[in-house]
Amino acid sequence: MGNASLAIEIRGADKVYPNGVRALQPIDLRVRDGEVVTLIGPSGCGKSTLLRLVASLTTPSSGSVSIAPSYRSGRVAFVFQHPTLMPWARVDSNVRLPLDLAGVDRRQAQERAARALELVGLRDFHRAYPRELSGGMQMRTSIARALATGPQMLLLDEPFGALDEIARNRLDRDVSSLAARENLTVLFVTHSIYEAVFLSSRVLVMSPRPGRVIDEVVIDAPQPRPDAFRAGEVFATACARLSRSLEVAVEGSLP
Amino acid sequence: MSGDERSRFLRWIGPLLVGLLFLSAWHLAVTLNEVPFYIVPSPLLVMQTLMDDWLLLWRSLLVTLKVTAIALLLSVLLGSVLAFVFVQSRALEASLFPYAVVLQVTPIVAIAPLIIIWVKEPLAALVLCATLAAIFPVISNTTIGLRSVDPGLADLFRMYGASRWQTLLRLRVPGAAPYFFAGLRVSAALALIGAVVAEFVAGTGGTESGLAYQILQAGLQLRIPRLFAALLLITLAGIALFLAVSLLSWLALRGWHESELSREA
Repeated sequence: MGNASLAIEIRGADKVYPNGVRALQPIDLRVRDGEVVTLIGPSGCGKSTLLRLVASLTTPSSGSVSIAPSYRSGRVAFVFQHPTLMPWARVDSNVRLPLDLAGVDRRQAQERAARALELVGLRDFHRAYPRELSGGMQMRTSIARALATGPQMLLLDEPFGALDEIARNRLDRDVSSLAARENLTVLFVTHSIYEAVFLSSRVLVMSPRPGRVIDEVVIDAPQPRPDAFRAGEVFATACARLSRSLEVAVEGSLP
Repeated sequence: MSGDERSRFLRWIGPLLVGLLFLSAWHLAVTLNEVPFYIVPSPLLVMQTLMDDWLLLWRSLLVTLKVTAIALLLSVLLGSVLAFVFVQSRALEASLFPYAVVLQVTPIVAIAPLIIIWVKEPLAALVLCATLAAIFPVISNTTIGLRSVDPGLADLFRMYGASRWQTLLRLRVPGAAPYFFAGLRVSAALALIGAVVAEFVAGTGGTESGLAYQILQAGLQLRIPRLFAALLLITLAGIALFLAVSLLSWLALRGWHESELSREA
């Protein structure tokens, strides 16, 4: 990991919204190829803003955000907090969307969508409408859409926040094994300490708004991680450390 | 009786019973009080007249329906185009929308005489009146629909480099469909009303005369049963139009939109 090249480089980027609200203090962040980095922090700490900066969905007020040129545009995938599916389109059309927009040949797009659906275990639901699926299945559809382009980088904005713990654990495991197998660079945003520790090679703790990084915890365990990892020593230690760190983050802001 | 049967019973039998009761009461009131047929005809006499005058009334119905259909089609085409234009430019919308409102709030009865004077071709005049009456719901609903884009989906389209055109066709248009169809239902009724009102004002004679003209003539000649028969036809035409538009809406939205889903599914 040490000699892998830089995937994301953020230098002194901050964000002040037009209404004067400062979402982010100037932040420096480097993510290397193949790393799984998680941003954790209280609500409204600007972690989503940071992710949107990386995805170029918004621009920094100052400083710079850059993604290594080896990551071609269209192969950086974003998974939103909500499934964000087109309700009028069936599951396979939803998954195919990025390919259709890029003008990929229809048959090829269909095949790649089918493979992505297979990966998230939704092969039998390709003709369903989103509303016919459970929340977890909708989220998996959303992930399949992100995977359909064969992404090199995944940006995940609290994607499993609305799901029950069983579904969430399962999806965390899927993301973990997928990232390891495809050597994906992942930037993940979450509220959940357990999720952060389970998935990440590195966890960054952010302070309340305006956010800045106040702690960094390296989770030193091979990827992908088995379910048993949740019961291990490394997991427990990291969770305890992050829990303390978050407490400091929240209380540090009190007068 | 199961809940399902019960609701089906209520949906069909209920209105039917009310209708029958009403017709019987009408019939009894007219016959028992010996009301002359040129004041209020009995329902049976209305049906009889409808059959006797069928050819005349049917032709008139076709004329009215033709005006209505053309006006509705124009409303859909022009209204959608205007909505697209509005969505492309806030400045254009801000400048033009007030005039769409002016059109909407000006009573069609008040401007119909002018239009009849200005437009020589009778059919064109009638269609113009009916279109003016019907176009607004399409414009306003479609505009709102095209604007009501899920911001998450908009981000997604932007991230995957969708062109303006792709965003319009794949995101805005399908998202606007439920709004459009809600507008279409209102517009369909308004087109029929507009057509009837315009015919009243125009009073065009000859074979090209619509149902409203028949009503006008029948009223003047005290042929009240025929008036009732023509009225009945207009109402039936309105219902048929509503059902046709509802069917279109169902065909387009079933499967995904809440408005067209049965509770059970």
